[in-house]
Amino acid sequence: MAKELTPQEMLRIDLSPPTQDWMDIPVEIKPGIYCYPAKPEKLEIVGMPNAHEWNPLDEDWNLPEGWKETFLEGMRERLDKHRTFKIFMDICVRCGACADKCHFFLGSGDPKNMPVVRGELIRSIYRGEFTKAGKILGRLAGGRKLTEDVLKEIWSYMFQCTECRRCSLFCPYGIDTAEITIIGRELLNLLGLNINWIQEPVANCYETGNHLGLLPHTFVQNIEFLLMDIEEYVGIKIEPSFNRKGAEILFITPSGDVFAEPGIYTLMGYLMIFEHIGLDYTWSTYACEGGNFGFFTSLEMAQRLNAKMYHEAERLGVKWILGGECGHMWRVVHQYMNTFNKPVPTMEEPVSPITGTKFENAKSLKMVHMSEFTADLIKHGKLNLDPSRNDHYKVTFHDSCNPSRGMGMFEEPRYIIKNVCNHFYEMPENTIREQTFCCGSGSGLNAGENMELRLRGGLPRANAAKYVHEKYGVNMLANVCAIDRAVLPASMEYWCPDMQVAGVSELVANALIMEGEGPRTMNLRGEEIPGMAPAEEESEGTEDV
Amino acid sequence: MGIIVSLGAVLAIMVVAWIGGSISGLQPIFGVLVPYAAFAVFLVGFCRKVVDWAKSPVPFRIPTTAGQEVSLPWIKSAKLDNPSTTAGVIGRMFLEVFCFRSLFRNTRADLRSGYLYYSPSKWLWLFAIGFHYAFLIIALRHLRLFVHPIPGFVETLDAVDGMFQIGIPPIYLTDLLFVGAVTALLCRRLFLSKVRFISLPADYFPLFLLLGIGITGLLMRFVFRVDIVSVKQLANGLASLHPTVPDNIGSIFFVHVALVSTLFAYFPFSKLMHMGGVFMSPTRNLANTNRMERHENPWWTPPKFHTYAEYEDMYRDLMKEAGLPLERE
Repeated sequence: MAKELTPQEMLRIDLSPPTQDWMDIPVEIKPGIYCYPAKPEKLEIVGMPNAHEWNPLDEDWNLPEGWKETFLEGMRERLDKHRTFKIFMDICVRCGACADKCHFFLGSGDPKNMPVVRGELIRSIYRGEFTKAGKILGRLAGGRKLTEDVLKEIWSYMFQCTECRRCSLFCPYGIDTAEITIIGRELLNLLGLNINWIQEPVANCYETGNHLGLLPHTFVQNIEFLLMDIEEYVGIKIEPSFNRKGAEILFITPSGDVFAEPGIYTLMGYLMIFEHIGLDYTWSTYACEGGNFGFFTSLEMAQRLNAKMYHEAERLGVKWILGGECGHMWRVVHQYMNTFNKPVPTMEEPVSPITGTKFENAKSLKMVHMSEFTADLIKHGKLNLDPSRNDHYKVTFHDSCNPSRGMGMFEEPRYIIKNVCNHFYEMPENTIREQTFCCGSGSGLNAGENMELRLRGGLPRANAAKYVHEKYGVNMLANVCAIDRAVLPASMEYWCPDMQVAGVSELVANALIMEGEGPRTMNLRGEEIPGMAPAEEESEGTEDV
Repeated sequence: MGIIVSLGAVLAIMVVAWIGGSISGLQPIFGVLVPYAAFAVFLVGFCRKVVDWAKSPVPFRIPTTAGQEVSLPWIKSAKLDNPSTTAGVIGRMFLEVFCFRSLFRNTRADLRSGYLYYSPSKWLWLFAIGFHYAFLIIALRHLRLFVHPIPGFVETLDAVDGMFQIGIPPIYLTDLLFVGAVTALLCRRLFLSKVRFISLPADYFPLFLLLGIGITGLLMRFVFRVDIVSVKQLANGLASLHPTVPDNIGSIFFVHVALVSTLFAYFPFSKLMHMGGVFMSPTRNLANTNRMERHENPWWTPPKFHTYAEYEDMYRDLMKEAGLPLERE
């Protein structure tokens, strides 16, 4: 188990696979690597099929009758529905370019975590069950039959992939393992084989609107607590609105930021920025989740959860939606939402009410990323900033997988950070921008029981962070992703203990000079800002701190 | 196992063709029937595969974005690595197909004393692009056997390719490149542990096949000299659909033809279809215009979701207590 392994022990990784044929290596479901199975009632809430009790460590998974036909029929259906899947089953040449691009392979040395093998797990079934050559020649044609052991192997490795798409960047044919994992997980979900860390948020999100299952009043209260903190540290009283009809903009962010450190500081940042510019916006307790764990279940489930955003925007009569900092939320919003939903006629092409900037790149979807919005504010001089308040931070930026390889948002957050921080250092070039490494816990794998897997998968990112920590003294890992904020602290604590983690909007708000603010001696975390302690001669306002 | 079986299969084809080619009564089979059949299988198989792929729709627009998106007017976007226009997509696909852009990105990762190091790794790209271009030029050069009169560009290619005039007859640069690159690609599979681990018989077989084609080609030119006039007569006959089999062609020629025919016939059913697939890969051939334009999914169905009305019904009292506005009291 992870807790017993020191980083030195964890680093004993052999990246050379055995000489054995991979089909001959039996699957092993290991504690620390696997996640607990979905509780049947969490599947039933959203009407997903074959909910049943089972334990991945047991020999018998209580598979539903006819499971094999269900899986293969599901595969056939998806081959007909997704050109990606069909082509990716046919054209991989196994050149190996992707092999050492996966953070799970680099951190574990498990050769089946090489993206090509992850794909082959399913491609071998495709060949063995769907192609003539594979049916006749079997293994000679790279085919195998779907057995219980094969199914367990697929389950194990579909939940050791964070759908980060780093491998797809390097693939000469653009084969996207995320696409294979998405479909692989859909097939497993036909048999009720999800993990609970994904399914429970899905069920919660479906009913309460957010992953945590916060009821409407709790959601509001949590934000009110943060407003009290802002009042204490900044001296500004903010009164945002909830479910308000007629607001110009609906703001939606991942619910993790409402609830847990350090995401809450990012959320405080949003509140302060909006207050400062006098934005006419509202929160929603109904559509209060930016993230979408449905995406880690099936595309249909992703669509069902995503539908709430437009539904609420239409009900409230807002012109457009502003989206907070989140990784997979933006993959879904940017690449899927405009296809999942029919357009809402009452919405308008997004224009910043503060700068007048038309967000042409979002004119059809009508949803703008917080970093795009903030960068535009800064460019137009609409934020008064004192970057020296962040001088105790030496900052680097972790590009989240999804906004990087599923959107291409690299410059906006960097522009913001450089305007609100005086000390910014990039991590090595093979670990940032489109080549960025996953935090190691994305796509719903941020559970507690699979901590060893998370730490192993987090190694390449943490290793690059450690490099800039040792070279430049970097102590702050900035990012635009709620899962990053939730999981990188654990990874950093293990691999690079002096590194803190923050959302970009937190750093903005630290530097933001607000009208009527009190003496800013504290940052949003309630920590004294070094060098900002009240000077002797002007200490009257801060004596009671 | 995969290696032995693949090598064995290629050798078996060679032996059969050698024997068949040396029996004059069987020469029409190996010189005419087999090539025609193989080419037909290739054409039909290739088209069917592409049509089959095309039948599956592209429900979502999911390009892998490898550079800055188009966003604010003062931020420079990556027009090729993250295209937002058709021209950009064409540019990206051109680089992908003709320069192997993604493969050129390749790096290798090494873990040394607790640190991961990444270094550029261009070998695979070099072998791959070397092989593909050599193969293309060799194929074009072969047109001189099939087409009469010989097109000018084929003459030019021939002249450039053989310009070093080493040996008699002069050796072509592409011949060396072809055999060298295929050997290098084979050696990767045999000696790099990661690549060996992932290699299937279907990976070794085409490499042995290509190596066999290259070697028999060289043998015909330098060792077991075949009668070029007869070869040309046969090739011309094939191309003009009036096949004849001159009787003084060496057996080695039939081995060469058999291997090429096998390659053609095997092509549509194998990973070699990446030739067609690369053009159709949705992570590369779509513009990143997702928020600018709507993209329709042909099998779209309306989502069944928890509506606001249902939500309010579920939590009305709690919402009222929290002072949240309600649709219905």
